[in-house]
Amino acid sequence: MRLFWISLALITAVYLLFWLMLLGATAAYSLPEVWLQTVMKPEIRYATVLSLMTCTAAAAVALLFAVPIGYFMARCQFRGKTILDAALDIPIVLPPMVVGICLLIFFQTSIGRSIEHFISFTYTIAGVVLAQFVVAAAFAIRTMRGTFDHLSARPEEVALTLGATRFQSFWHVALPSARRGMLAAFCIAWARSLGEFGPILVFAGATRMRTEVLPTTVWLELSVGNLDSAVTVSLAMIVIAVVVLVIVRAMGEKA
Amino acid sequence: MISLKNISWKAAGVGFSLQNVSLTIPSNTYAVLMGSTGCGKTSLLEILCGLRQPSEGQIFLDDRNVTRLEPRDRRIGYVPQDLALFPGRLVKDQIRFSLQMRGLQDNDLIQRLADDLGITHLLDRLPDQLSGGEKQRVALARALAAQPRVLLLDEPLSALDESTREDAMTLLRSLQSKHSLTVLHVTHSRSEAEALGQLRLRFDQGQVIPG
Repeated sequence: MRLFWISLALITAVYLLFWLMLLGATAAYSLPEVWLQTVMKPEIRYATVLSLMTCTAAAAVALLFAVPIGYFMARCQFRGKTILDAALDIPIVLPPMVVGICLLIFFQTSIGRSIEHFISFTYTIAGVVLAQFVVAAAFAIRTMRGTFDHLSARPEEVALTLGATRFQSFWHVALPSARRGMLAAFCIAWARSLGEFGPILVFAGATRMRTEVLPTTVWLELSVGNLDSAVTVSLAMIVIAVVVLVIVRAMGEKA
Repeated sequence: MISLKNISWKAAGVGFSLQNVSLTIPSNTYAVLMGSTGCGKTSLLEILCGLRQPSEGQIFLDDRNVTRLEPRDRRIGYVPQDLALFPGRLVKDQIRFSLQMRGLQDNDLIQRLADDLGITHLLDRLPDQLSGGEKQRVALARALAAQPRVLLLDEPLSALDESTREDAMTLLRSLQSKHSLTVLHVTHSRSEAEALGQLRLRFDQGQVIPG
């Protein structure tokens, strides 16, 4: 019995050690002075600010879609629900480059071109947000669906008998109960957007001081052999990702 | 008066159904409905308050056909078995909810109900900070704040200990009389039915018969 648990603990330790070694090796690759020089570069600062802004915008828009879709999928029973459920997961399973190509081709169609009369997406900052949103929304929807699945529908039904309309019941009862799930969905969408690279590269491009976000920076720096900068930016992304993970876990434990 | 005429209903995705259920409860009567687990007592209450739509049959409240009315238009107070208090809302906000939905502000009513139910000292607490008996009183106050004509109670005393149950039964009797309510109380307990029921009914083989 004891040997069994020790074996499981050892497997866990080996896995964690592997990850710690990866992170440790990355952190030890360059000196703090190099980190400082890298973060002071104007193009890196631009990419950092643009990343933070586009991730926040993409996560916010993703949440606007995820809350109603998650609620609909959790509360509504209808024929073909399994198919719709699978369809909502398509962005999760599609190869990232394919998402970028789909976006690029869509905005070459007549509908896409009509949309671009109002907002230009291809090779613009709006395109960065859209590329991040497409994948991040799927993760946010999954999180919100799980949140509403775990909340009893009974208080919402009682609200209906107390004079609430369906919308009032959703707004006044379901949404406040789901606020921790919403925060978790936002954080997951945000973190996912931060790491997005393929669709952005294909759809928004990798133009310095224009559509360059942190993953693009890593790729651009690597492509010119500037490993120190690539490592520093990677470390910054790791720190940001860990902070988000800690927030999500803290929210999950409180929920 | 509550009147159900030949109500039929089928649960989505499962085999359970109600067939041609009829029932009449006179106004201002405390009726108790008994029946075994899974016989459809809760489904019947949910059909009455409009949360489930019957496939056939009609529902009348004081001679008004409410079969197709939304739950909010039926003036029925519903206290489910799990009480379903709103998470994260103070007790006073739970009671105020029905007034808020109608755009009304009546602090006197909230205070009066809190006094009647002995929960004045709990108004600033959250549901998590209440005992089972306290939660039950809050759920009753919340339902009564909507000033219903009919009150549906789904096993409201099942989670209470013996002494709290006695107090709760006295409270339910006095509330029914004070607010001139027609009450339909679902329970497993024969002693509860005998103590409270002016009209005792039993759900037996899909039909409501005198208990």
